[in-house]
Amino acid sequence: MASALINVPAKAKRGDIIEIKTLMSHIMETGYRHTATGEVVPRDIITSFTCRFNGAEIFRADLFPAISANPFITFFTTVTQSGKFEFEWIGDKGFSETASASITVE
Amino acid sequence: MRSFSAITAALLVAGAVGATEIPQAERRSGYSFMKPDTRAMQDEDTANPGMLWVLDGEALWKRKSGAAEKACADCHGDISTSMKGIAARYPAFDNATGRPIDLEQRINSCRANHQQATPLPFESRELLALAAFVARQSQGVPIETGADPQLAPFIAKGRELYMQRQGQLNLGCTNCHDDNWDKRLAGSAITQGHPTGYPLYRLEWQSLGSLQRRLRACITGIRAQAYDYGAPELVELELYLMSRAREMPMETPAVRP
Amino acid sequence: MAGAVPIVTVRPAEATPAMLASAIRNVTNGAAVKTGKVKLDIPPLVENGNTVPMTVSVDSPMAPEDHVASIHVFNEKNPQPNIGNFYLGPHAGRAQVSTRVRLADSQKIVAIAKLSDGSYWSASADVVVTLAACTEELI
Repeated sequence: MASALINVPAKAKRGDIIEIKTLMSHIMETGYRHTATGEVVPRDIITSFTCRFNGAEIFRADLFPAISANPFITFFTTVTQSGKFEFEWIGDKGFSETASASITVE
Repeated sequence: MRSFSAITAALLVAGAVGATEIPQAERRSGYSFMKPDTRAMQDEDTANPGMLWVLDGEALWKRKSGAAEKACADCHGDISTSMKGIAARYPAFDNATGRPIDLEQRINSCRANHQQATPLPFESRELLALAAFVARQSQGVPIETGADPQLAPFIAKGRELYMQRQGQLNLGCTNCHDDNWDKRLAGSAITQGHPTGYPLYRLEWQSLGSLQRRLRACITGIRAQAYDYGAPELVELELYLMSRAREMPMETPAVRP
Repeated sequence: MAGAVPIVTVRPAEATPAMLASAIRNVTNGAAVKTGKVKLDIPPLVENGNTVPMTVSVDSPMAPEDHVASIHVFNEKNPQPNIGNFYLGPHAGRAQVSTRVRLADSQKIVAIAKLSDGSYWSASADVVVTLAACTEELI
C-alpha cells in the first residue's frame, strides 16, 4: 500500500520558481539493526529519487541509509511552460514507485 | 465499590481539581512542547508522515471486506459527515459489553458484526490507517470524551491507574505529567500527556502508532509490566486521559518526538 | 528510557574522520574545498535522532554560466559517511534542498556544493543528539 504525498502548485506564472515537496511511504531499513536473536535485518532503502518535467530530468537524488523513514524531499524548479511532473522512487528489493502532478503555467 | 465510584464520579463531573491536577487554563497540547522544526512537520499535510496512513485509510474505507463483502463506505457513506466528531468522544460506552471501547476496538467490532470480517491485529498498518482516517475527521473538534454518565466508574478506574505508583522506578503517570511537566527528562520536554493527536507519527518509532502503544512504552520505561494490547486497564487509561483533555481540540495525526 | 524491552545493544562500527575525508574525496577528487556560499540549516539539539529536518541552500544566481551542479551531504559518526547527493541544474532557480536525516550520535554534518565552474564550497554544523538512531534494536 505504498503512497506518496506530493505538493506542487496547480498554477504558476512563466518564470516563477516553485517549491516541490514529496513524501514517500518507505521503512528505509538501514541494514544496521539486529533482531533479538542477533541477526542483521537486511538493508531495504530507496536509493534513488528522480523528477522529470515533460520528460526531461530536472532533479535527482541519491539516498543512503541515513535518510529517515518515509523520505521527505523538497527542491525548487523554474517553470516556463505547462506540463506534467513525473516522480520516480527506486530502491532495494526491486522497489519502484511513480507519481505525477500537473501544472498550468500562464 | 459502586457508591465510592459514584462519589468520585460526582467530584469529576463537578470539575473539582485534585491537588496535583493541571488547572484548565494551563493545559497545553504536546504540540506546544516541540521545537519549531518538529511542529512544521505536523503543520503541513504533505510534510506530515502520519498523512500517509490517512491516505491508506481512505483506500481501506472503500474496500469491500469480509464474508458480507461490504466496505465501511457502504454503511457509513461519506466519512467527512458520518465520522465528524466521532473520535473526539472516544473511548465511548459500548452497550454490548457494558464497558468503554476505544476507536480501534470499535472498528474491529464493526468488522465482526457488520462485515463478517476477522479483526485487524492491534498496531497493524490497516487498523492504524483506518483509525487515523476516522480520527482525522475530528480535526479541530474539541474533545468531549466521558460525558456519558455510564462511563463514570471507568473514568474513576482510569484515574486510579494514572495516579498509582508502579514499577521499579515507583512512579505514577501523575508524578511526571501533572507535577513536572515543562521540566526535562534526559533532554526531552516532559509534556502534560494529553492524547489529542492519536494515532500519531512518533519520530522514535518512525511510524504511526496508537495511544496504547505509547502507554505500553511509557509503562515499560518506568520499569513496570506493561498491559497487553486491548487490556481493560489500557482502555480505562485511554478513557481517563481523553476525559482529562476535555475541550482541547483534536489534532490527529499529530507528530511527536 | 521509554521504549523497547532492554536488549543488549550491538553497536556497529562507527564512521571515522578518515572515512568522512575519503567520502568527500570521492566527490571532489582531491580538489580544494572552500568554506562559504553554502548554508546548512539543522537544529543544534535534535528532537529525535531518527528524524532530523535539514535544509541545505547555496548562494548562487542559478544561471546557465553560474549555477550549482550538485550538493553532497556527509556525516561523521553514523555507520556510513554519506547522507545524500542532490543533482540540480540552472533550471532549478534556487539551490535549496530539504530532507530528514538520521543521526546516530552527536556529530558534525558537512554539506559540499559543486558549482558549474568546477569549484567546491562547503559548510558544516555540529549537532547534539540525545537519542541514538541507527543503533536502535528491534522490539
